[in-house]
Amino acid sequence: MAYSEQEILAGLAEIVSEETGLPTDSVSSEKSFTDDLDIDSLSMMTIVTLAEERFSVRIPDDEVKNLTTVGDAVAYINGAQG
Amino acid sequence: MSTTPDVVITGLGATTPLGGDVPSTWRAALAGESGARTLENDWAETYEIPVSFAAQLKVRPEEALTRPEMKRMDPSAQYAMIAAREAWADAGAPELAPERLGVVVSSGIGGIWTTLDAWDTLREKKARRVLPMTVPMLMPNSPAAYVELELGARAGAHALVSACASGAEAIGYAAEMIRSGRADVVVAGGTEAAIHPMPLAAFAASRTLSTRNDDPAAASRPYDTQRDGFVLGEGAGIVVLESAEHAAARGARVYARISGVGLSADGYHITSPNPDGRGQVTAMNAALAQADIAAADVVHVNAHATSTVVGDLIEARSVRTVLGDAADRVALSATKSMTGHLLGGAGALETIFTVLALHDRKAPPTINVDQPDPDLVLDLVRGEPRTLPDGQIAAINNSFGFGGHNVALVVTTA
Repeated sequence: MAYSEQEILAGLAEIVSEETGLPTDSVSSEKSFTDDLDIDSLSMMTIVTLAEERFSVRIPDDEVKNLTTVGDAVAYINGAQG
Repeated sequence: MSTTPDVVITGLGATTPLGGDVPSTWRAALAGESGARTLENDWAETYEIPVSFAAQLKVRPEEALTRPEMKRMDPSAQYAMIAAREAWADAGAPELAPERLGVVVSSGIGGIWTTLDAWDTLREKKARRVLPMTVPMLMPNSPAAYVELELGARAGAHALVSACASGAEAIGYAAEMIRSGRADVVVAGGTEAAIHPMPLAAFAASRTLSTRNDDPAAASRPYDTQRDGFVLGEGAGIVVLESAEHAAARGARVYARISGVGLSADGYHITSPNPDGRGQVTAMNAALAQADIAAADVVHVNAHATSTVVGDLIEARSVRTVLGDAADRVALSATKSMTGHLLGGAGALETIFTVLALHDRKAPPTINVDQPDPDLVLDLVRGEPRTLPDGQIAAINNSFGFGGHNVALVVTTA
């Protein structure tokens, strides 16, 4: 079953909120993981690990550096769904 | 002329099977309450563990920490953080240069929940699902490191490991950091979070745990003729140590002094204390010598006494050897009868009890002692707390660990 972009955004917001303590509604598509959400590389890898499991996708390490905003991650996960 | 600084205690913090902070824990200890309860899980049946109870925290950590903090820290670090925040606030959050602030927080077992959870994940879901924070959470210095980060301490952060003596050794090392001039204030203590089926099974395998499953609250009974082993506990105790000069300059409340630290090793056996008590005697004598006090000044001993058949009496005889006839006037308390055994947290929590016993002039009771062992050669406080004498008085807190580690701390009134 594929997830809609909206479902991916909502799921990602929950994961980021658990990791950072930020409210889910502050995790919107245009936000930068590093500049807006203050997420360091270890936290980013935690988010990637949890997102891979939640959405049954693979996000290669080489791709993670291209995921600047929450929207980038949503788009990548959406495209990676089988 | 330079002199060696005196070391005082200006802050206390804890989360224990008796309470979520120091005041509630101390009240429960003076009231003689037990923190041991039947575990609300199926570990005993599922894994055929012969022990179905433990002394778990009275207040769960999620009531004191945020969700991200809970996820980022192993339970051993969570408990230490709760206790450290209380101790720091209790000390009045002293302002000082970060280079003069140190941290020493020990755990006897380390991040065992994180270690075993990650192993389960690896086996079930392969390496890609192992969380990136696994190593910083499982490492045994993690509690010390998180407290160091919380306070921005830069004089040094250490995690001394000596099994059930770890918490006391941490406080002893912290006192030395101040005496040697490395720091003015050190946040120190011990923590443990090992109530997990694996260590429970492993301690049961070593035949050191009580199996009194039908009456958990009566299971920890140091010096009672019917004692059959210790009760696994969890929690943390943290104190703020400070040079007397630094504390006086900022007008801090002083609970008591850490006047002497004595360390030794048995060189005898990996789990059994040496029956001749020589290592314990060496540690206590060293602590009294550093404190420069006479045996007659010691009016209270918080015993290591875990409720094992062999260990309790060896310690009592060692105290008698060190203090001689003065031992007749010592009020002996075995607080593990109430808290269970916090392993790496035990020595720190019992230092807090010792400090409060002197500060409030009340030695806490030892519960569950229906029939004192006839070979007990000391005066055990049972039933009610015992009032301690006025004037300058001293107490010893003993902690011993698997491996033959012996730590004695001499605490004196402010």
